[in-house]
Amino acid sequence: MIQDLFNLDLAFFLLDGLYITLKIAVFSIILSVFFGTLLGIAQFSKHPVYGRLSTLLIDAIRNTPLLLFILAARFTTSLQPVNSGILAMTIFTSAIMAEIIRGGLNSVHKGQWEAARSQGLSYIQTFVHIILPQAFRNMIPPLLSQCTTVIKDTSFIWAIGVEDLTGKGMIIMGKYGSTAQVFTIFGTIAGLYFIVNYALSLTARYQQKRLAARSY
Amino acid sequence: MPGPFAGFKWQALFQDWQVFGEGFLTTITVAALGLLLALSLGIIFGMMGTSPNRLLRQLTRGYVEFFQNTPLVIQVIFLYHGLPHLGIMLPVFSIGVLGVGVYHGAYIAETIRSGIQAVPRGQLESAYSQGFSYWQGMRHIVLPQAKRIVLPPITNQAVSLIKNTSVLAMVAGGDLMYHADSWSSNNLYYGPAYIVTGLLYLSLCYPLAQWARHLEKEAEISL
Repeated sequence: MIQDLFNLDLAFFLLDGLYITLKIAVFSIILSVFFGTLLGIAQFSKHPVYGRLSTLLIDAIRNTPLLLFILAARFTTSLQPVNSGILAMTIFTSAIMAEIIRGGLNSVHKGQWEAARSQGLSYIQTFVHIILPQAFRNMIPPLLSQCTTVIKDTSFIWAIGVEDLTGKGMIIMGKYGSTAQVFTIFGTIAGLYFIVNYALSLTARYQQKRLAARSY
Repeated sequence: MPGPFAGFKWQALFQDWQVFGEGFLTTITVAALGLLLALSLGIIFGMMGTSPNRLLRQLTRGYVEFFQNTPLVIQVIFLYHGLPHLGIMLPVFSIGVLGVGVYHGAYIAETIRSGIQAVPRGQLESAYSQGFSYWQGMRHIVLPQAKRIVLPPITNQAVSLIKNTSVLAMVAGGDLMYHADSWSSNNLYYGPAYIVTGLLYLSLCYPLAQWARHLEKEAEISL
């Protein structure tokens, strides 16, 4: 009976999974923005050593599946499952963040550099006061949509037994196996992911429109 | 204790190369058919998303929003665990094609829609004024211009699609990731298995990613 599913214990069980999903996603996003910024700036600087090194890293990571990083982090380190998940998602997402940050930096017109340097600002001053604020504006929409992807991709961590929203859903499904129950459970999990991600997507789209209106 | 990359582990892997070869072949086939499906869905829904018909536009929105905002893992597990309840038993191979195809189709549809909308409205209007119908104007005037804009992001989607075929490993799909995972959890030779698997995926994705970068540069120059 579907009615068997409507109790608070199951609701809290699922919400606990959502909490783990969001926890992994938030940690991975914060860490990968940090490492992605380092990689992105290194690549943007075209430094003979750091530039090439970061290009190599970004290309290697971007062209390998997330699941491989998740399995490798779980079975070749001695980290807790949740932490190995965060490690894998951070490595994988850092490469994408680096591309977003490099794209944002590239989107600032060259004339801005030249104008700032001609006003006597140093390279670092130009970068911090002139380039970054403009680049940051262009990075917000792709950054937000990457957050959606991270939240969705966290579900891969169920492969190493972490009980995130997907994992908890699968556990419930193991106990309530009738057709109506299975479909209700799928609907609920998908619905929870949808609510979180759709809110983020709408924010991303709103930001994009705002930026488009202000562009010059 | 031998290291994670000890010589005999590599030897064991190369003796079992057929296991990895078989998985690699499955991954390539699923990716190719999935890409075909994703492109077809992307083109159909992308054009529907810019059509004058409101119902068609809303249908597209529904498709794109649902698949972009729910995880691929859930969609694939649904095909695997959910559909049999309705008497629909799909082989894992078609689950893979359908899963990545429909999921990335939504992303490609969105790309194509915004690509068509990036072509100035005046282009279609001047086509009308020259006696073109909606479809003729689309085919000869708008789509060729949109193509230049959408090709780089679609190529990047193809890279993501290849990587995401690894979702099959979660439903015992017999793809490269599944074989790598089961081979290495049998003998615990994780090191070589992950390195070789990574390199095999890299060999598929890297050329495509480089091509996307090249297309991006070309599009910038021609603007």
